[in-house]
Amino acid sequence: MSENHDIAIIGGGIMGCAAALRLASGGMAPIVLDRGDLGQGASGVNAGTLSLQIKRVRLMPYALKGHEEWARMGDAVGFRRTGGYTLAFTEREAELLTERQTLKAEAGAPIEFVTNNQVLSAEPNLTRRVLAASYCHEDGYANSSLTGQYYRGRLREASVPYRERCAVTSITRDTQGFVLHTGGPPIKARRILLAAGAWLKPVAAMLGVDLPVNARINTVSVTERMPPLFATVIGHATGLLTMKQKGNGTILIGGGWQGRGTPQEGRGEVIADSLIPNLSLAQFALPKLGQARVLRSWTGFEANVPDFYPLAGELPGVPDAFVLGCVRGGYTIGPYIGRLMGDFILGHSPEMPLFNPGRDFEKDAT
Amino acid sequence: MRDIVDISIVGAGPAGATAALVVGQTECRSLLIDEQRQAGGQVWRAKDRSILSAPATPESRSGDNLRERLAASGVSQMTDTRVWQIERQGEHWVIHTLRNGTAGRLYSRAVILATGAREEAQPVRGWTTPGVIGLAGATALFKQSIRLPGRASVVAGTGPLVFFVASEIRRLGGTVAAVVTPNTRADWLARLPSMMARPDLLWRGGRWVADLMLASVPIYWGHAVKSVSGDDRVIGVTLCRLATDGTPLPGDIGIAADSVCLGGGLAPSIEAAQLAGVAVRYRPDLGGWVSEAESDGSTAREGLFLAGDSCGIRGAVAAELHGQIVARTALRHIGQASASDPALERAYRRASRFGEAMTALSVLRADPIGLATPDTVVCRCESLTRRAIEDEIESGAVSSNAVKSGQRAGMGPCGGKYCQSSVARLIALQENRALSEIAPPTPRPPIRPVPVSALAGDFDYGDLPMPKPAPL
Repeated sequence: MSENHDIAIIGGGIMGCAAALRLASGGMAPIVLDRGDLGQGASGVNAGTLSLQIKRVRLMPYALKGHEEWARMGDAVGFRRTGGYTLAFTEREAELLTERQTLKAEAGAPIEFVTNNQVLSAEPNLTRRVLAASYCHEDGYANSSLTGQYYRGRLREASVPYRERCAVTSITRDTQGFVLHTGGPPIKARRILLAAGAWLKPVAAMLGVDLPVNARINTVSVTERMPPLFATVIGHATGLLTMKQKGNGTILIGGGWQGRGTPQEGRGEVIADSLIPNLSLAQFALPKLGQARVLRSWTGFEANVPDFYPLAGELPGVPDAFVLGCVRGGYTIGPYIGRLMGDFILGHSPEMPLFNPGRDFEKDAT
Repeated sequence: MRDIVDISIVGAGPAGATAALVVGQTECRSLLIDEQRQAGGQVWRAKDRSILSAPATPESRSGDNLRERLAASGVSQMTDTRVWQIERQGEHWVIHTLRNGTAGRLYSRAVILATGAREEAQPVRGWTTPGVIGLAGATALFKQSIRLPGRASVVAGTGPLVFFVASEIRRLGGTVAAVVTPNTRADWLARLPSMMARPDLLWRGGRWVADLMLASVPIYWGHAVKSVSGDDRVIGVTLCRLATDGTPLPGDIGIAADSVCLGGGLAPSIEAAQLAGVAVRYRPDLGGWVSEAESDGSTAREGLFLAGDSCGIRGAVAAELHGQIVARTALRHIGQASASDPALERAYRRASRFGEAMTALSVLRADPIGLATPDTVVCRCESLTRRAIEDEIESGAVSSNAVKSGQRAGMGPCGGKYCQSSVARLIALQENRALSEIAPPTPRPPIRPVPVSALAGDFDYGDLPMPKPAPL
């Protein structure tokens, strides 16, 4: 016995789940499949930073909408709007900060430049060596660990079926649409949405499409519980540090330092040569961090294409197949762009333009 | 020019230390690394300086003998050293260490991991009350500092360890209020043929039991501790009898005590091997999830070898022999001629037969989670009760990783060592799945918590290797 669905979504991260919810509310019958658990890929292991100061200029309108989505999800995802500072410690970093944050402010983010004294009176435990800083009151964080459980609940509420530990091994076509082969009975669907994050390349290859998807291997670390040391999200002019202290006292440290491994191998490895400078930079910004013990470090695979803009639209050359992923700042923007994607598949015109997956990536490369 | 060791050995218990002795007889450069101040591991733990005059025991004699042999061999030792990560870099393994608050790294052509075992928790109501310690924890108290867990102790658990702990408490002048073991006398009789593989060990165990019986210490066969009472200190325990399938039977027995040694059986320490990329498989007969290795210690990762209990609980005697076998495998790997020794392999097989019989007895008949009430704390780092975890599973978190993400079970300082078996059992029960399908959570470094300052060290800001900033 096989099942029939209006659309099968491969990948149960934020984007796949958000699209499924929109499609269901628009009257379609989707099914969500994930090779592991829902929200256990990049959606569930990233540092949870919601900062407009680290979003790309062109994606700022999407990030602003994303922030509204996270605020709506609220406590269920551990959302906190704390405000955030971005710090520069050298002349070169100060220039970078001024140039970049000015452009981001022009793109609509409520970012302001602040003095060293303003930073230190708000966050007295930060280093005295801040040369320049910017502040955004919209910034904050959510708890990415709660992603899976949040979307399980939402999908259940919306009666959207989902399958975990259900890897799609091949995709064939029949007169009705697509046949997805898994360990169990095949799953049939009229349409298909690929939202498999760092696994997009092998999944698209099952439909004969070569997507130029690469994976970054971002490192995140967390400390034991500490007394309150800072209240806002702390970033760095280069984007190579994000740091926040959670309500339970643990401090989460990210910044996109690279580990080792490939999504195909299924395993990302934390490497000391990356972890140590990441933690050093964090300790430089917050000297008292030195006293904290690191309990865990891990990596997450972040998908990207050569121009670092999203894939969101029709899969080139395959009718009724769609792709969504590779969104720089995908945690922040995911819930919103997932909704846009749902609208697009439903045949509505989305509130903001999507990103043609068939574009010439080299031409647009920055 | 960086210093490269030929063979590094992590863990100086029976397996690691004997492996080091074999390697030490050759020309190759080796290094033995351990967390403790002195070699010996948990079984042959060295006495603290203050109690050196205490009478010798078979364990202390074996340990002293080992330490003397190590000293005479000239094997380089790095004690008081924690390993927090192991990674492959090109042709070498890099072992990341922490010693005196300073991080270091060692490059090695081959690594033998001999990380031993840890004790499983036994979550029953009140198990986190001060005065409750594990059986393995109790043995560490005796061996290192001759301290007793209390004035009157209930000693509860499976296999031979429960009798060893009880007889040690008596030898050190303490009172054993009762011995409680889920094993029945019939369980033990069924294992006699395998135990005959090592009559010496059987004889020693028999003497522990005989001593307890002569002293009229009540032994509750086929029973388990159901709850521990007392607020800031243990005042007693409640026992129940177990049916043949391990379920608790009505008719509680109360026993007054000021301390409880409560063991949940031993499980292999697999985290270091997992981080180095070694797969795990479920072998309940060998203590649960074990690292995948051949009997000669080789693994799927080149130059990485496993010795002793981390690839299945077989006990100290087997571990000592296994260490010697694995050392030879590692020597061959780095190009040193080292013939296998059939007599050694036979001795190992005999010791394994005995050890595996003991492990079989140590696998609880009772489902360890079966005695936990809804309010019983299962994850002690995050104070999560059985009910909280069951609710999470009910709402769809049906893997160890999902429960960890949603409820933080396994995100505290212990890294899930105390709760992961219980969480897996609760998932299996609720989802009607086999335990073998419920893998432990994804392992994360550091293997032990590491202060940020130890990793960061002293540095100049300008020297940080900053990659290119993210695209604008």
